[in-house]
Amino acid sequence: MLRIANASAFWGDQPDAAARVLTALPDLDYLTLDYLAEVSLSIMAAQRERDPQIGFARDFLGVVSSLAPLWKSGSRCRIVTNAGGLNPEGCARAVLAILAAAGLGRLRVAIVTGDDVLHHVRGNAALANMETGEPIDAIRARIATANAYTGAAPIADALKAGADIVITGRTADPSLTVGPCIAHYDWKADDWNRIAGATVAGHLIECGTQACGGFSTDWLDVPEPENIGYPVVEVSDDGSCIVTKPPGTGGTVSVQTVKEQLLYEIGDPGKYLSPDATVSFLTLKVSDDGADRVRVSGATGKPPPESLKVSATYRDGYRAHGMITIFGHDAVRKARRAGEAVIKRLANAGFTYDRHLIECLGTGASVRGLVSRMSDTHLLETVLRISVADPRREAIERFAKEIAPLVTCGPQGVTGYAHGRPSVVPVFGYWPTLVPRALVRTSWKFVEGGAP
Amino acid sequence: MKALREIAYARSGDKGSSANIAVFARSPGMYEWLRENLTAGVVEEFFRPLGVGTVVRYEVPNLEAFNFILPAVLGGGGSRALRIDAQGKTLGQALLEMKVDPPET
Repeated sequence: MLRIANASAFWGDQPDAAARVLTALPDLDYLTLDYLAEVSLSIMAAQRERDPQIGFARDFLGVVSSLAPLWKSGSRCRIVTNAGGLNPEGCARAVLAILAAAGLGRLRVAIVTGDDVLHHVRGNAALANMETGEPIDAIRARIATANAYTGAAPIADALKAGADIVITGRTADPSLTVGPCIAHYDWKADDWNRIAGATVAGHLIECGTQACGGFSTDWLDVPEPENIGYPVVEVSDDGSCIVTKPPGTGGTVSVQTVKEQLLYEIGDPGKYLSPDATVSFLTLKVSDDGADRVRVSGATGKPPPESLKVSATYRDGYRAHGMITIFGHDAVRKARRAGEAVIKRLANAGFTYDRHLIECLGTGASVRGLVSRMSDTHLLETVLRISVADPRREAIERFAKEIAPLVTCGPQGVTGYAHGRPSVVPVFGYWPTLVPRALVRTSWKFVEGGAP
Repeated sequence: MKALREIAYARSGDKGSSANIAVFARSPGMYEWLRENLTAGVVEEFFRPLGVGTVVRYEVPNLEAFNFILPAVLGGGGSRALRIDAQGKTLGQALLEMKVDPPET
């Protein structure tokens, strides 16, 4: 039985999760940490424009520091993470420096590369947007990143060769779990049902605490949210798994929380596509296996698609949003009028925007027009949120200066303005496409540190 | 009439500029009722104010669940949309507010 935990669902998740998991489970086999969402690589691209040495998830360095004492005291837990982002080698060198300083020069760090297909995307005509069918020529000159979702094989190879920490770029999230399973059980590359089971296990833990009651419909019934556990899968040789969480943690692992996470952000449940297998969720059995233990079995797999999905991102100007609170009678009317005044004042000054949006939070703005329990006129308070997007940075910078003046020129009852001016951020559009598998050549290697 | 949340639970998220909502029956009987009544057309009509495209429903009987795909519902999606909920995190909660009229069990 192989025990794999997740301790990061995204770039910005709880910084002490990894140390807490490993303290509770010192003989855990693997920790996986996921840092990459669809938008993460574009943020790293913006950082890399300022400094080519970065472009990876620096939060991971804090995790390595936090785990050093546990490794020093005998933990053999290995790490698989996509923290490498656009620069796995840079990430590995930073990790090696931390390990050397901690006297852990014995730990071997490997990287997986080959997911970056930017050169191919820039030079190839045929990469239509897989959602809209648009040809890529519309955005080709503005492409910032293009990374293929690569699979478990190079991770497994690095682990078999003795890597203690494997750092990848845009590996598919479940593959971070499938890699250790293949390395441990020595499954054949075409053992589709077992690989499908491990893919399901990886999918279940990739969003961290979402398998343990986080984001659950019945979250108010989830115990001890302040101490919510990160998920652990105990994967068997047949590819089935038990989902559980470390002892002494809050949250809950139930048939409900596991089912909620199984279908999170997926398409056709009969055809879940990963680079390692095409998985059917329609044969899965989910059953109670005791307190905070749920068995998931019966996954069936077929060969993966011939093409690999690529997430490309392209520069699409800049944006900012400002928020300010309006309290009092007719709060929503006042907020809307104040928002419109800001946009009109900017237009008078010569700044109109490609796109702008005025929202009054508290009125059901998240799903405007769908559901409401009371009319806007009953609300005594709202948060005015004004957003603009435009190719011209200077136009967005000017917008950022027009929120605070509402304190004196807007309605009575304006408050919550002490957080300073809105940040101007670059916008990156998302361009999912497909490339032939043969064009993506992944490889792995050890990165050597300067340790004695 | 009751709210959908009384007979089902749900989770939503994004896939590019589309979103998915998984809806789970709270009992086997309710799964059958939802199969007949919570159709792709009903969900599409519910989300029409957000400009949703043609909704697709997948049945997942082994989990007593459905997965709904909602194209073009996020106003450009993740990194580009200006809306407060660019990632579709709230869509499940919105759908669970839908008024339904299942038989008493």
